[in-house]
Amino acid sequence: MKAKVYVTLKPSVLDPQGKAIHHSVELLGFDQIQDIRQGKYFEIALDSELSEIAAKETAEKIAKNVLANPVIEDYRVEIIK
Amino acid sequence: MENTFPSLTIYHLPFTTYMKFGVIVFPGSNCDHDAYHVISKHVGQPVDFVWHKQTDLSGYDAVIIPGGFSYGDYLRAGALAQFSPVMQSVKEFAAQGKYVFGICNGFQILCEAGLLPGALIRNENLHFICKHVNIKVENVNTPFTREIKEEKVLSIPIAHAEGNYVCDDATYDSLEENNQIVFRYCDESGEVTGEANPNGSRANIAGICNLDRNVVGMMPHPERACEELLGSNDGRDIFRSLTNSIAKNE
Repeated sequence: MKAKVYVTLKPSVLDPQGKAIHHSVELLGFDQIQDIRQGKYFEIALDSELSEIAAKETAEKIAKNVLANPVIEDYRVEIIK
Repeated sequence: MENTFPSLTIYHLPFTTYMKFGVIVFPGSNCDHDAYHVISKHVGQPVDFVWHKQTDLSGYDAVIIPGGFSYGDYLRAGALAQFSPVMQSVKEFAAQGKYVFGICNGFQILCEAGLLPGALIRNENLHFICKHVNIKVENVNTPFTREIKEEKVLSIPIAHAEGNYVCDDATYDSLEENNQIVFRYCDESGEVTGEANPNGSRANIAGICNLDRNVVGMMPHPERACEELLGSNDGRDIFRSLTNSIAKNE
């Protein structure tokens, strides 16, 4: 059982790294890009005997308490069997 | 209690005043020795390094969470240090009204731990910035600023890549309303301007305190500004304020 956790900056929080990446991408000639935001991606391997619901609960807690800072970031959890 | 510690103090404390400081050390802290030096040499009081696995803070009057790169800034600056065993004790210590002073990475840790509101993100211009800046004391009614003249401009160095203070509107309004903004970046004459803001911090915020005023976090390094040789001794004002607050038990 695997949990995928995506952590992204809240839309209201400025992302200077995303902006710098956007700038470089434009320099490469990609001129139809409106915006780039940088985020983080985590893979959590969980015990296989866990139910999907229990796995999701566990991963949500980890995302909320450790992986994301709720002051500036949102998170999304996916469970893959 | 008699002060048996060799007194090198510049602060003319009452002879019998004795107070003990702890400097918390995480893996990756690197301004711990600077803080220790200032407390032992300039404040002239006993000070210990406190390893992050220690949980007993009962002997201390104030703890300093120093600058550096705790846990290599992995995940987010200050994020992993909040889970070190000592931080639960720091929370209890703060709840007892004792003084907690977070400098640079220490400020980031206090925000991550929820002891101070808001967060510190990557500088607007993406650079690591290391230079002297001017900061204005916005609130002289804190234990950390009581000895400083209102609106005095201090010259203190910054050295950070993640010093861009952010918070939502509700948090900002409550910081303003409760006078929790302690320092703002300003120009030499004390004007808070966009040009004087080195990192993009909301409303030029350089340091804040909690509601009870016993927990302060700031990005500039006052421990690096206590000697003329280093270009400024304005940092002494802050340590003198803190020291006198402890001495007067206020």
